[in-house]
Amino acid sequence: MFLKTNWWKAVAVLLLLYTAVAGLLMPVPRLAILNESIRNLYFHVPMWFGMTIILATSVYYSIRYLRTPTLQLDILSHESAKTGIYMGIIGLSTGSIWARYTWGTWWTNDPKLNGAAIAMLIYGAYLVLRSSFQDEQQRARISAIYNIFAFAAAMPLFFILPRLTDSLHPGAGGNPAFAKYDLDSNMRLVFYPAVIGWTMLAFWVTQVACRLAFLKQKVYEKQLA
Amino acid sequence: MLLLAALLLPVWHALAQAPGADMPEMADALRQSGKIYVVVAVIAVVLTGLLIYLITLDRKIGRLEREIKD
Repeated sequence: MFLKTNWWKAVAVLLLLYTAVAGLLMPVPRLAILNESIRNLYFHVPMWFGMTIILATSVYYSIRYLRTPTLQLDILSHESAKTGIYMGIIGLSTGSIWARYTWGTWWTNDPKLNGAAIAMLIYGAYLVLRSSFQDEQQRARISAIYNIFAFAAAMPLFFILPRLTDSLHPGAGGNPAFAKYDLDSNMRLVFYPAVIGWTMLAFWVTQVACRLAFLKQKVYEKQLA
Repeated sequence: MLLLAALLLPVWHALAQAPGADMPEMADALRQSGKIYVVVAVIAVVLTGLLIYLITLDRKIGRLEREIKD
């Protein structure tokens, strides 16, 4: 994550602006019920992609923390998890709006929706757990362990359990999520850049948050010295 | 140049597309009246604003980092 260069941020800006414009204007398949809301694919779905990737990054740093406990690795893991949780909350709320106008309800007891909600609660507990420690090392170690558990518990809730039953949501009940859209090369032209762009934005925000935390730490150490 | 291409390519693509008959309802009327571009412009401005904010934050933190180093 800690690329010292900045060119990838320019790429992220380009991809996101392209997603916003092309996502609204490029032709999409004409489907009943979905209508133009199919364009949400470029905004709602990348949240979950980005979340998964950034949460996996968080686990990576947690594992590295447990091998070599440094404050830096704890900050990296914590900030990555926070960005992932933000994206998950945005994913849930955008999905809820989409559901209102296609399924006719803000929320329904669908395995995919409930699974995602439970997974977000598990991550909410991560934040609560973190804030309940006074001792820095204890906080870092226990939240690293919990973070690994949270990822292991959340991923099946997002991606495996909903597929075992019937669901309204695409990508459940055995049907892969993108079979319908994958056939449409016009949508792929926007969807893939969108996923990459939003994921890069997640890394960018995380990097800025981490650098701020590192600075805070440095200032604190200087004051002690 | 690249930025312009990223913005204009989809606009051109959308203009080239003609709506067919007997199809599910889409936002054709919006496009015909041209007003979908107002929304696109608004979203582009919002996104640009947020990204500029992120860039300035990034640079401010960069400056602080250099300051603290010496």
